Amino acid sequence: MDMGFVLTQAISQAIGVTAIIYLLATMGLNIQFGYAGLLNFGQIAFVAIGSYAIGVFIIQWQGSVFVPNLWVAILYAILLSVLLALILGVPTLRLRADYLAIVTIAAGEIIRLIFKSTDSLGGAQGINGKMGEEFYAINPFPEQDRFDFGPLSYTRNDAWVVTVGWIVIALLLLLTWALMRSPWGRVLKGIREDEDAVRSLGKSTYFFKMQALILGGIFGTLGGIFWAIAKQSVQPDSFVPAFTFFCYTILILGGAARVMGPVIGAIIFWFLLVFVEQFLLLLISNGTITFLEPTQVGPIRFILVGLGLMLLIIFRPQGILGDKKEIALDAK
Amino acid sequence: MPNSAATHAVSELATVTAEPGVPKPDPLLVADKVNRHFGGLVAVDVDHVEIQRGSITALIGPNGAGKTTFFNVLSGFDKADAGSWTFAGNTVTNTPPHRLARKGMVRTFQLTKSLSRLTVLDNMLLGAGGQTGEGMLASLFPFTWRSQETKNTERAMVLLERFSLASKSKDFAGSLSGGQRKLLEMARALMLQPELIMLDEPMAGVNPALKQSLLDHIRDIREQGTTVLFVEHDMDMVRDVSDWVIVMAQGQIIAEGRPEIVMQDQRVIDAYLGAHHDQELTASGGSLTEEVTS
Ligand SMILES: Nc1ncnc2c1ncn2[C@@H]1O[C@H](COP(=O)(O)OP(=O)(O)OP(=O)(O)O)[C@@H](O)[C@H]1O
Ligand SMILES: [Mg+2]
Repeated sequence: MDMGFVLTQAISQAIGVTAIIYLLATMGLNIQFGYAGLLNFGQIAFVAIGSYAIGVFIIQWQGSVFVPNLWVAILYAILLSVLLALILGVPTLRLRADYLAIVTIAAGEIIRLIFKSTDSLGGAQGINGKMGEEFYAINPFPEQDRFDFGPLSYTRNDAWVVTVGWIVIALLLLLTWALMRSPWGRVLKGIREDEDAVRSLGKSTYFFKMQALILGGIFGTLGGIFWAIAKQSVQPDSFVPAFTFFCYTILILGGAARVMGPVIGAIIFWFLLVFVEQFLLLLISNGTITFLEPTQVGPIRFILVGLGLMLLIIFRPQGILGDKKEIALDAK
Repeated sequence: MPNSAATHAVSELATVTAEPGVPKPDPLLVADKVNRHFGGLVAVDVDHVEIQRGSITALIGPNGAGKTTFFNVLSGFDKADAGSWTFAGNTVTNTPPHRLARKGMVRTFQLTKSLSRLTVLDNMLLGAGGQTGEGMLASLFPFTWRSQETKNTERAMVLLERFSLASKSKDFAGSLSGGQRKLLEMARALMLQPELIMLDEPMAGVNPALKQSLLDHIRDIREQGTTVLFVEHDMDMVRDVSDWVIVMAQGQIIAEGRPEIVMQDQRVIDAYLGAHHDQELTASGGSLTEEVTS
């Protein structure tokens, strides 16, 4: 274990599977919160729907005529995601912004607890098994054990997962960019600034907010689908409210309402998290730090990252990509 | 010819008697028995009022008279407890604001609502109606909305020029001064090419020199065929620009008429000055203690 190892670990995590999952969910949040100003505190619910749709349809319903293959399961996952957005949005989007926040945070927990307590949906053990065989079957990488990219080394499956993950992200970034430079995106940003003003100009803000909620939710669900396929396992306790809060952290770190904000945020967030962890472990293992046990490193890295974020909010509230001028306007 | 239509509307008003609720020859907006109360406080209690098409009508009254609440109710931002109103012959009672705006009835706000983190030009473009690019799918295909966007931009720049904001078009609206925001909000409402524009204190915070040119803009709006209904405390301006004045106090319409007549009405003077009046002003006969603010 040395500094090179620490850095390699940090870099591989910064662009790895977990970062991709968080990034997809955060890109959804960017559309909802960053552009439209919707306070969705339950993005994890959309992620859970994606993961569980794959787990339940592929493993629990194995051989069912309704789910002939993975691709159909993905389609169902997206439809369920739209349904969830409608259920959350219809009663709340006409009300003040805080109602959506309350309802979404509750919905996230309700969904997790339903999955956890229903045996046919995996129960407390969750769902484990071969999910996404069709996906791995079309892996174009040649048959060999490991693939090395510079210092990074991947198994054949991981190389495929990560490649597809980033391709999907690139496409969704392109989609976000195209939407947000258009008149549609302009209405969304207007709603974020002052919904009543936009209503007075003849736009049905309810309709636009619903579209944003659905679209951002689908991004989160894609993250969930990716999670299930990449990890081959769906565990109820992965889908805790803290996930959404990390997404907000990533979003604010990178810069909200910036197309590339979530990307920068996710990469830096995961790099720092892993770097701090591995670096502390290194110091403990070579005896530099004696007052910490390796088991304490996990919590401590979150404390340090939290501290870093507080400093960021104080000294650079607009995030890395944000525009300081814009933030100042809020104060009026 | 819009010009002659406007003159026509004004000349028609000359023969209308000055009394609350009087019918107009060619009403665009008609409200009946509109009531809005907050708990025990009756904010709006308008029996009948008509706004003449093609005219500039001022709605005046002391602070707390219910002018803004009346605007809110008519424009769909607040729900009436009772009453009905029609716009251009269609019943629009409690119609949501975005529908009203599309029908041609647009309002601005007393507390300015400029969209801070959008540029001045984007604020303007948001006002344009019927945009193809506001469809989520169509928005992905710029060739479907580019030409419309170009036309809207040209129109927006003409309006910004008129309101002395053209040089600010690329700045964030949040960086404008209070008066400039008022101007922007008015210009933005005009992007909808409304039939009726309802302005809630358009002159508040605008400097005297600009006020004069704003008055010209308001006359201009009328000449182009748009009916103007505005709330204002500045009596000079009201006298200067309006064809008709409606006076509210304690939620009710206590007087209306041509400006030179209304301004001399004892009840109006009392309502404004809160002086010891020897005459009942409202049905309930309540005393008016509000002060003039302007
Ligand atoms: N949301 C509300 N809740 C309770 N009371 C309200 C509310 N809105 C207005 N009112 C009351 O209704 C009355 C009319 O208020 P409104 O804002 O319509 O007055 P206004 O004529 O616009 O006054 P100003 O010239 O000062 O703007 C006031 O007494 C006010 O306190
Ligand atoms: Mg008012």
